[in-house]
Formats: sequence, C-alpha cells, structure tokens
Amino acid sequence: MDNNKIKELKRKAKIIREGILECIGINKRGHLGGSMSSADLVAALYFYKMRINPQNPADPDRDRFIFSKGHSVLAQYAALAELGFFSKAELKNTKELGSILQGHPEIRTPGIEANTGSLGQGLSIGIGMALAARLDQRSYRVYVILGDGELDEGQIWEAVAWARVRCLDNLIAIVDHNKLRANSPTNEGNGQFNIRAKFEANGWKTWEIDGHNMEEIIKVLDETDRVKSSPCAIIAHTIKGKGVSFAENNFSFHNNALTEEQYERAKRDIASIVE
Amino acid sequence: MKIEDLREAYGRELLAVARVDDRVVALDADLCGSTMTKYLKEEIPERFFEMGIAEANMISVAAGLALSGKIPFVNSFAVFAAGQPYNQIRQGVALPNLKVRIVGSSSGLSDAGDGATHQSIEDIAIMRAIPNMTIVVPVDAEETRKVVCLSLHHGGPMYIRISRSPLPVLTDSQTVFKIGKMTLMAEGSDVTIFATGIMVHKALEAREILIKQGINIRVVNVSTIKPLYQEEVLKYIGDVKGIVTAEEHSIIGGLGSAIAEALCEKMIPIKMVGIEDQFGQSASTHEELLKYYKLTPEAIIEKVKALLNRD
Repeated sequence: MDNNKIKELKRKAKIIREGILECIGINKRGHLGGSMSSADLVAALYFYKMRINPQNPADPDRDRFIFSKGHSVLAQYAALAELGFFSKAELKNTKELGSILQGHPEIRTPGIEANTGSLGQGLSIGIGMALAARLDQRSYRVYVILGDGELDEGQIWEAVAWARVRCLDNLIAIVDHNKLRANSPTNEGNGQFNIRAKFEANGWKTWEIDGHNMEEIIKVLDETDRVKSSPCAIIAHTIKGKGVSFAENNFSFHNNALTEEQYERAKRDIASIVE
Repeated sequence: MKIEDLREAYGRELLAVARVDDRVVALDADLCGSTMTKYLKEEIPERFFEMGIAEANMISVAAGLALSGKIPFVNSFAVFAAGQPYNQIRQGVALPNLKVRIVGSSSGLSDAGDGATHQSIEDIAIMRAIPNMTIVVPVDAEETRKVVCLSLHHGGPMYIRISRSPLPVLTDSQTVFKIGKMTLMAEGSDVTIFATGIMVHKALEAREILIKQGINIRVVNVSTIKPLYQEEVLKYIGDVKGIVTAEEHSIIGGLGSAIAEALCEKMIPIKMVGIEDQFGQSASTHEELLKYYKLTPEAIIEKVKALLNRD
C-alpha cells in the first residue's frame, strides 16, 4: 500500500467525520460518539475494500455492509453521500420529518442494505446474506460493524455460534470496541470481557487492531480475504468520539446536542486531523 | 367427513413449491419433525437450514436471505415463532416489508399436553399490531396448500398459523382462496358467524343444531385475519340481527377485535367466542381444552341465542 493511498483514505475518514457533524447540526441531538469511533473503519470499507458501484446499487455481486450498531449510521450516511448515492445536501436533513435519512438505517435510503437500530440483529442478517451468496454461487462478501455494547445482546452469540457451524468465510464482523455504551462503560453490568477469546472459542479467525490506524485496518481487511472455512472477527480498539476533543471517551456525547460553540470547536478539531 | 393433517399438508406443499422455485428456503428451530419441514430437508438439504433453538437469530437470518432475493419460510411452534423474536420480526422483517413467511405451527391450544408455555393464544394479537404484516389462518389442509403456494406471489411479510390437530376438510380445490377475501361456508339470515381456523368447523356444527330449532345462521370463514377489509365484512351482515365471532385465540386482539374495529361505527351487536383473558394449561386432548375454554358449538349457540333474545 503506497503512502498516497493511505493519505487518501485518511482524507476520506476526515470527510466522513465532517459529514457526521453535518448530520448532527447545532442544537439537535445526534449519535456523535459511536459514529466518530467507527469513521476510520467505514472509510476503509467504502473507499478501499468493498466492491460497490453507486451507479448500480442493486448489483447482485456487490459487497454488503451492515451497520448493526445502527445509531452510528451518520458515518455511513456521510460515506454514501461522498460516493454519490445521494446528494451531500441531504445530510443536514438527517432525522427531519420526511427525510430519506432516518435516525437509524432503513433500506429506503439508497445504499443501506438492512434495517437496524434495535441492537443485536445485524450479524444474523449478515449470515442470511452470506448464505444467499453461497446458494447463488456469488463471490460477494458481507461486512458487519458491531458495537461492543451491542455484544451484550444474546442474539449476537446465537449468530456467532451458527456462522461457525456453517463455516461462513464470506462473513466479516468488525467490533467497534470503544469501551463505552450510552450511559456506562462496557465492562460494567453484564459487561463484555475477553471479546477476542469469545470469538476464538467459537472458531472465528480473530484479530485485534487499532481501529483508528488506517494501515492496520486495510492490512487486516486484506487478510480476511485469505481465510478459508471460518468467519472473521476484527476487534478494533477505538475511542468514542474520536476526532472531537471534548467528546473523546465521554459518553455524554453518545447522543447529545452540540451548542454552536461546541459545533465550531468540533469542526476545528476535525480540520486539524493530520492526513 | 374427511379429516386431514394441516402440518403434513404444509410440509408436502412446501417441498412442492421448493421443487419448482429455487428462491424458496426453509429455516427451522429444531422442530422439523413436527413442523414437517423435514420433507424439504430430506429432498433439498442445501435449502434447509437447521438454526438450532435460537429463534431471534433465525428470523434475522431469514431477513438477510429475503434481502438477497430468497423466499424464506421460518418455522417453529406459533408461540415461539411469533413470540420469542418479536422485535426481530418488527424491525428486520416488517419495517423493510420483506417477503418472509413466518409459519407458526402447533398453534392455539393444539399442543394440548405441553400446557400454557407451548400454547399460542395471543400470537395473532402480536402479529396484527405490526404494520405490513399479513396474517392467514388456514381452515383446513386444502387451504393450507393454497396459502403456501399463493404466498410466493404475495409481497411483504406473512404469518401463517397452523394447527397441530388434523381438521375436517371443509373446502376443495375449486374453492377460491384470495388474501383478504372471506369465504361463505353456509347461508343463514338470523346471525352471521365470523369464524377462523378450527372454529369454522365448530360454527358449522352449531348451525346444524340451530336449524332444528328454527334459527338460521350464516357461517363465514375468515382465513385472512389481516388485512381485514370493512367492505368484505359488510357483504355478510346486511340482513342479520347480530354477529358472533369465533376463534381459538384470546378475545383480546384477535379476529373478534378485528371485526369489532371494522364495525365500530355500525350499530350492530357483536358477541365473541374466544379464550377469555387467561392462559391455557395441559390436558390429554385438544378437544378437552376446547371444551374447558368454551370454544364449542354450544358456546356459539349460546351467543347466537343471546343476540336473538332466545333461550
């Protein structure tokens, strides 16, 4: 991977972060924290890894991406707008009445592959798509971003066990491991410990990476292509709110409004990210 | 009267449609020997998915298959198929309006021995509340075959409720079955009975008894509980003095509620035969439970006479 390509992907991640802010706006609530923590992963998928064509969004051979932690969809909206699935002017209408950009992903939005939002369901939907690829002898791959808080849901582990039984090597789960839920750290309550060990115990080929390091992200995404007979899990260590100084590691900005001052500060913070 | 097993009819027809349409796939939660998806499993194993006892995952996997152009039939006992994965059905299947068929087997009180935990008496209410959902309760094996076949050409999600008990065959290959249409089973002009599932047969029995007493009731089979069109209901009530609804389901949220909602602005008395607001229990036979919970011809007769002020 040459440096220019990495630089370009970092620039795309920056555009995604700007788009997230655009979606949230001033004095309106929006899921900033989890969208920002996923931004680099989303950039690597949409602008490096996945085979998709905005001119042919229904291409049966396209790779599929499911944002199972649906509240972070703002990062996906920003990426889809950058790719031309819809106009960038739509971003500011996110969550407005009648908008094509709903608070959580819906397939009525161009480029969105599944309805998510109630947590725990996206990996199972991904299994269905991966099975269909096998039945139809198609080579597309299915990428699912999960939240670490979402791993509390029992359905995730139903899906993890089942995908291994069917040896779904066209299914890649990426855990956005930002260590914070909406109101508490993920190691509290029925918290998630040893996430990697759980995936490995279920027979998944598993990696742990820095989810904000573009070189690491694309290297591991390429490695998943070579895995045979088992599904892949990438535990991406991330920072909730990454890129916005006052929101980093701060669950107050899981889904909060930004004052005008905070909004401008966030814009400056993102502008200062080194590509 | 010929008796036929609906589960058997379902399993055979599912295989038949799968043979000719390779979009058809079946998912089952460790009950294929009871839901009868075993026939598809045996002949077309690559399109049968044993999901284990994990209904939430099963529904969402079906959503993914439907998003990829397949027509998944998702199978379990009705109480698990409709109850366990409510939110998976709501968000993953109904909201995006996907062509997933949720087949609730051993419905109502028909799993007599297993008791309240396995008896589905509120599944229709749950499914009815979800936008985009179509709900079909086949009256017999013949209609079961028609529903399976027709479901391939019907858009959006569908809940199909299948009894564990073999039931009298009340329709034949000539009987027209359409989603949203009711079927006139027998004429009468004193009271109209809107019945569904096993209660259609009970209503016809009630009719035979009432004829001897000079009372004529009309029996209408409502296999499509949703959508339930007001104009369809109005077709059958113009001349009668009242209506009785009959269902093997809670009186809250089922057929009775649907008819009452459709007619709430019409001045016509309605009485309901169904399970009062309570759970089922174990018994040695289905019939024993139907009697205990007053899902009988006698219960229908009592309501009819009350409407006509006769004893």
